[in-house]
Amino acid sequence: MNPTVTRALKHRLFWPIVTLLGLLVLNVAVRPAFFSIRLQDGHLFGSLVDILRNGAPTLLVALGMTLVIATRGIDLSVGAVVAISGALACSIIAGSADPNSPTTVLVAVGISIVLALILGAWNGFLVSVIGVQPIIATLILMTAGRGLAMLITEGQIVTVNSAPYKVIGGGYWLALPASIIIALGMFAIAAVLTRKTALGLLIESVGINPQASRIAGVRSRSIIWMVYIFSGLCAGIAGLMISSNVTAADANNAGLWIEMDAILAVVIGGTSLAGGRYSLGGTLIGAAIIQTLTTTVYTVGIAPEITLVFKALVVIIVCLLQSPALQTRLGSLRRRPDRRRPDRRRPVTTSTGGVLS
Amino acid sequence: MSIRTIDKPTARPGFVRPRGRFNLGSRYTPVLVTLILLIAMWGVGATRYRGFLSVQMLLNLLIDNSFLLVLVVGMTFVILTGGIDLSVGSVVALSTMIAAFLLRAGWPPLVVIAIVLVVGSTLGMLVGLVIHYFEIQPFIATLAAMFLARGLCYVISLNSISITDPFFVDMAQTRIPLGPGLAITPSVIIAVIVVAIAFFVLHYTRTGRTVYGIGNGGQSAMLMGLPVARTRVLVYVISGFCSALGGVLFTFYTLSGYSLTAVGMELDAIAAVVIGGTLLTGGSGFILGSVLGVLVLGIIQTIISFEGTLSSWWTKIVIGALLLVFIVLQRLLTTLRR
Repeated sequence: MNPTVTRALKHRLFWPIVTLLGLLVLNVAVRPAFFSIRLQDGHLFGSLVDILRNGAPTLLVALGMTLVIATRGIDLSVGAVVAISGALACSIIAGSADPNSPTTVLVAVGISIVLALILGAWNGFLVSVIGVQPIIATLILMTAGRGLAMLITEGQIVTVNSAPYKVIGGGYWLALPASIIIALGMFAIAAVLTRKTALGLLIESVGINPQASRIAGVRSRSIIWMVYIFSGLCAGIAGLMISSNVTAADANNAGLWIEMDAILAVVIGGTSLAGGRYSLGGTLIGAAIIQTLTTTVYTVGIAPEITLVFKALVVIIVCLLQSPALQTRLGSLRRRPDRRRPDRRRPVTTSTGGVLS
Repeated sequence: MSIRTIDKPTARPGFVRPRGRFNLGSRYTPVLVTLILLIAMWGVGATRYRGFLSVQMLLNLLIDNSFLLVLVVGMTFVILTGGIDLSVGSVVALSTMIAAFLLRAGWPPLVVIAIVLVVGSTLGMLVGLVIHYFEIQPFIATLAAMFLARGLCYVISLNSISITDPFFVDMAQTRIPLGPGLAITPSVIIAVIVVAIAFFVLHYTRTGRTVYGIGNGGQSAMLMGLPVARTRVLVYVISGFCSALGGVLFTFYTLSGYSLTAVGMELDAIAAVVIGGTLLTGGSGFILGSVLGVLVLGIIQTIISFEGTLSSWWTKIVIGALLLVFIVLQRLLTTLRR
């Protein structure tokens, strides 16, 4: 086989990219105008722009989730944080004298983000100081968080009528949706901070072996604390976007299942739930796949009833294609045993239990 | 975190290290704490509200939570092996939908129940096979199963289907008298039987020991010659079966099938298991602890409904706070044990 083709096949993002391209091709085949983008009133419109705008919150949450998962953790509470930050911002704006003043909006956004940071720090505290397993530590906030959001909105759906606030989720900057610019901005910051400094390496080392990296002098406690705070921040901003886009805060349904979508995006993007090596680019593609999948359902005209079945099938297929067991089997079919990771051939790996440890 | 120490309790159930009369590091301590908490909450309720201090109150807890009892049995098996099953809530919803749909089509009730149980177990088996043979984390595999089961509900029907079948109505309305003024439903008896069987399997059979063995380290369990592959798939079959049975009991309770029922029920089940003292890393915990966990969740809801002025969202906050207390407690106990 051609060496370039082999290398491409072995690349960790090969299957995710093929899936994404496949979905896009499917869309074009059904609706040839799928790729057309038009400029109207200085704003870009089109299916691709829609995918970007609606995918922005998922991308943000998945971004925070990637770093958390890289430290061998998981953050189940992001959906609850989304609900809380949206609820708080909307309550402050709705309760203020002048909802349209930019100062009010800035104060509301500021307070919500600070609260999101505190919630992230709380998760980080439980995981790094108390030493609770991440899945349970964040389960607490996942369970209690929706209750807290209901407490803030007093069980009502708070609607806001504020032009400056609407910009975050529904506005346009430089002809592009503001939400996607914010999300990509955060993405760029995270990428530069972790890949152009040693931070990414330290995060990976904590994920691969927390004990060893602590003995080697890595401050694993502060690193773990930091990734949870970052995840809280991302979820908080996503919450602002979602509530701003629909100009209302719904404590029950805002960000429902977003943690699942985000974790799927991360896993589809090739980051293992067992921690260690992570791929921000993979997460970007993963989030794009999740959102394109949703859009495809509408374009292709699949009945909305079976959206979830369709989504489940795609997720299962992508996960199976990426699974180490299948990769090994494919490798031996091609008579090309994977020499880089001989440990894959051990009869029982602990990877199945890895998510919980 | 994931470092397993050598002096962790052995896989033999019922084994306690003799270290003084009251041993804080004993693996029974979390269960005892849950029991004390349950009694304390009952006591607080009894002093505040009339009618709280009655045996029927306790029986009502069982009646209202019989489906959850069955669910946590399956969840306990899965969590003891170090896995997790996020699909239970969706499988409950799918079971209610299949049951309601087939009954409306005029199928005999016992056949319908059998089909529901087979569907649930099959789904569990597929999940187990994927987890074991494709080495996909339980979290992701059961998440996909959750989406799949919920999606299949929508495929069956978007609307609620009510059940008018005489057998199901009978099961919903029958009260079995236990004494003067005391009664339970058939669902409670089914749930108690399931708990008893699970207790027996976990503590007195080879399969039960293998479950604990896998939770304490799959590799060593395999080196000991235990049937790891079979058992790991089996726990997901058990969980799928229990979810389906829980769904059947849920239809006895609500007499309808609806796609949006039981959203988030997997969280209740996981919370009950954790409050019941089972470690989410696997290998340590008891079925009866999970039963106590369900009763604690039930009593919280009862107190909040007795209180009247408290809004329903306080339930979530209290459950979250309790989870926190128990998790920190477990953490302290694990440290003590070392």
